[in-house]
Amino acid sequence: MHELSVANAVVDTAGRHARGRTVTVVSLRVGRMRQVVPDSLRFYFGIVARDTLCEHARLELTEVDVRLSCSACGREWEPLYPAFRCPDCASADVALLAGEELEVDYIEVEEPQAASAEEQEAACIGRR
Amino acid sequence: MHRTKVRIVEDALDANNTIARANRDDFDHHDVTVLNLMSAPGAGKTTLLERALGEPLEGVRVGVLEGDVQGSYDADRLAALHLPVTQLNTDPGFGGECHLDANMVRSALPSLPLGEIDLLVIENVGNLVCPAEFRLGEDARAMVCSVTEGEDKPLKYPLMFRSCELVLINKLDLLPHLQVDLDRLLYNLDAVNPGVRRLLVSALTGDGIDELRQWLHELATGRARAGV
Repeated sequence: MHELSVANAVVDTAGRHARGRTVTVVSLRVGRMRQVVPDSLRFYFGIVARDTLCEHARLELTEVDVRLSCSACGREWEPLYPAFRCPDCASADVALLAGEELEVDYIEVEEPQAASAEEQEAACIGRR
Repeated sequence: MHRTKVRIVEDALDANNTIARANRDDFDHHDVTVLNLMSAPGAGKTTLLERALGEPLEGVRVGVLEGDVQGSYDADRLAALHLPVTQLNTDPGFGGECHLDANMVRSALPSLPLGEIDLLVIENVGNLVCPAEFRLGEDARAMVCSVTEGEDKPLKYPLMFRSCELVLINKLDLLPHLQVDLDRLLYNLDAVNPGVRRLLVSALTGDGIDELRQWLHELATGRARAGV
């Protein structure tokens, strides 16, 4: 049910970085801890992207497995269900290495006109 | 027309977290400790607050920010305690969101008596999913899980259960009438958030309320910190 909020946040983030250019692809990395339902997120993305730079963008979604590391004994593992104690030494001092991502990795945008690498570099410097 | 790939690698909730930090700065400026209180609908947040805040906390002035999709039913109840209660509805202007976010709380800041309170309890919208995602600028998070919800809830909503510093297991008085296994519930909680502080309470009988009051007092006076 939080896919609507997530879709809003993704469209906002992509739109901010697009700087007025039309977005064709939004690539998102989602950790499984986030409990995002991909189909539901795509559905809402299509709705909230209307009348924005992302209106015709394709949402590319990569799911990231939960990965844990035990600070006491060093074991690393991917839990099958949400259990955050080390299966070897039962320590609760466990770090989440991956699985909480909700990260816009990259976007693809349409440039209004073809620009050479030098021109792009100059434009970047100009913006700084 | 050609296409360019723009690397971003940015948390989609960065914008919310930035506003949450601004809220936190404002709360710090007024020396107000903030607790984000969350649960499923009907777990007993408001009744617990009525119980815990019915008597003044020694040396701690408490205010409540009441988040609801619609209406002021909870705020009306808490107003009877003669605490400053501010209603924040997510319906007008916020599309009826099922959670509070940092920007909504920011919009309520001008109507909060920050100079007159030491502890602000934000009662979030009843929901075990979305509120876990959105930092508000709080110092600590607590959640209520009632025994009627069943023993599997920590496993089903790990993000919520992991994000809290205190878990209140409420409605203990109903245990004799239920088939729920309390030990199993606590075992599952420990699996998801090992070592988390937990209190077994009943808003109806008052069991555990003294301990909750003590925790709130320590939070406000010790300024226990959690990450924004």
